[in-house]
Amino acid sequence: MSATEIIFWILSVLALVSGLMVIFSKNPVYSVLWLISLFFAISGHYILMNAQFLAIVNIIVYAGAIMVLFLFVIMLMNLSATAEPKKKVWMKFTGVISGGLLLWILLSVVRSSIDMRGKIAEVKTGDIGLVENLGKVLFTEYAVPFEICSVLFLSAMVGAVVIGKKEE
Amino acid sequence: MPIQYYIGLAIALFCIGVVGVLIRRNAIIVFMCIEIMLNAANLLLVAFSKMHAALHPTVANAGIDGQLFVFFIMVVAAAEISVGLAIIVMVYRNVHSIDVNFLNRLKN
Repeated sequence: MSATEIIFWILSVLALVSGLMVIFSKNPVYSVLWLISLFFAISGHYILMNAQFLAIVNIIVYAGAIMVLFLFVIMLMNLSATAEPKKKVWMKFTGVISGGLLLWILLSVVRSSIDMRGKIAEVKTGDIGLVENLGKVLFTEYAVPFEICSVLFLSAMVGAVVIGKKEE
Repeated sequence: MPIQYYIGLAIALFCIGVVGVLIRRNAIIVFMCIEIMLNAANLLLVAFSKMHAALHPTVANAGIDGQLFVFFIMVVAAAEISVGLAIIVMVYRNVHSIDVNFLNRLKN
């Protein structure tokens, strides 16, 4: 087993355990912290696949900005003091069963598909994930979607302020 | 790495997100599970972009579109989160609860 495979399995186990802890933690603050660890594991995967720009953006945008926003909202509401009301047991049971069935079906489709057999996602090599190449394509071929994204952000900003404002 | 491993990991993360949406009642946790699902899709897009680059080694920038789509998904997710959390704060201010079972009616 090479070092790359060992890192892959460690990151995968970390991602799955963090994901499970996010949905099974009682305290929402712990959920946020586990979600941050999940994002770091996914960023590790990006670095492994040499997608350096996305790894850094994932850490800055998700683990840095969005998670701080979540923490602020949770602490603003003081949710950890009031326990979340329990869902009925059979509802939880059916949720887990249906999610597990979805997992089973999708995994068996992937296992039996001939299309995906023998295909390799190259790790540690390749230069398409570097800032230079991504920037060149982003500002030439994808310039219009990029500008539309800025309009989207502006409207999201205005929308958040309008929704969050106290009514007179 | 065989592409099946990455597909399996992304599927498992996506299903964790689905189960979280189904079994939790806290609106913020439901929101986080949506983030998990988005990140599973992002991971899969990057893995497929690297697979495409390995399949066409002579073509310059083969598979770079997948990574740009991940970038755009992150942009849209950030906008979605800011507006969604504003809505959740507003709901909490009005009804003092973010229980999704309690909020199943939009009236009052």
